[in-house]
Amino acid sequence: MAKFKKKKGGGGQRINTASLPDIVFMLLFFFMVSTTMKEVELMVQTTLPEATELTALEKKSLVTYIYVGVPMRQYQSTHGTEPRVQLNDQFASVDDIQSYIIQERESMRESERPLMTVSIKADYDCEMGIITDIKQALRRSQALRISYSSRQAEDLTYNY
Amino acid sequence: MAKRETPEVNAGSMADIAFLLLIFFLMTTTMDTDLGLARMLPPPVPEDEEPPPPIRERNVFEVLINANNQLLVEREPMPLSQLKDAAKEFIENPHNLDNLPVREEIEVPIIGVIETTPNAVISLQNDRGTQYQMYLAVQNELSAAYNELRNELAQREFNMDYADLDTERQRAIREVFPQKISEAEPRNVGGGR
Repeated sequence: MAKFKKKKGGGGQRINTASLPDIVFMLLFFFMVSTTMKEVELMVQTTLPEATELTALEKKSLVTYIYVGVPMRQYQSTHGTEPRVQLNDQFASVDDIQSYIIQERESMRESERPLMTVSIKADYDCEMGIITDIKQALRRSQALRISYSSRQAEDLTYNY
Repeated sequence: MAKRETPEVNAGSMADIAFLLLIFFLMTTTMDTDLGLARMLPPPVPEDEEPPPPIRERNVFEVLINANNQLLVEREPMPLSQLKDAAKEFIENPHNLDNLPVREEIEVPIIGVIETTPNAVISLQNDRGTQYQMYLAVQNELSAAYNELRNELAQREFNMDYADLDTERQRAIREVFPQKISEAEPRNVGGGR
């Protein structure tokens, strides 16, 4: 058809780049919104287990995290390959949990202290022994509201 | 040869497209919220306290998990897929069987007098060698049993899903089916190292 004229000669045409800033800003906004700040540097591998009946933890300020898992490769030479507990930015033993919980509770507002929730972010392949020890330590320190952090699964299909 | 004018691409609508994409991503991305199974731990038991009186056996639904991630439910091996229905059957006791919990009439606000099993308790015990995922899957199935029962009751009484009810009605339904999952003081059930 006559309307489609064949262009003569290659190159030389400049595409207007006035909207490039828009695109860049768009991407910037997107990443700003969708990323959540990492609070601590993870030193243990935690692949969360899956579950279907989940509830969301609403207020971030009420939540204290306990990470459990096998140390990352760069820490394995010093901390072994057995599942370890991580509190804040360092490896800890189960005995440290009690003082950690008390310290975290002290830093909360008094009215919020009864609502304190401990989120256990543990690797799916951990043995229950360490989890049970943590639960006992939490009971001793009167931190009774807990949440087993897990991923949303559509359906739990197991081979067991 | 006459110099040809270079055609410019009209970029006026580029910003619109950019905003469209921005809004699309804003709507579709979910913030990384922390999801989990919420539980309450029992308060620590004082050492000098006397052990509580035993619960009648028909009121207890015993679930054991060994170190090989196998389930023993009421002394029978059971695959995980059947656990939810077994738990529902136990909690509700729809046919008023003798080996399932006692049905009693209780009075609940809003709903009124209703027959249910107020003494039913699920007892969960795991070995130290049980895999965490398996333990959580069992907890999940037991929660699912309670959630389904509550949902069915909410549908019967209010024609609504449990999650859509107001807090007072939810509380009433929770009173009919209180989530009682008791975990034994830790000890080795078997197969642990």
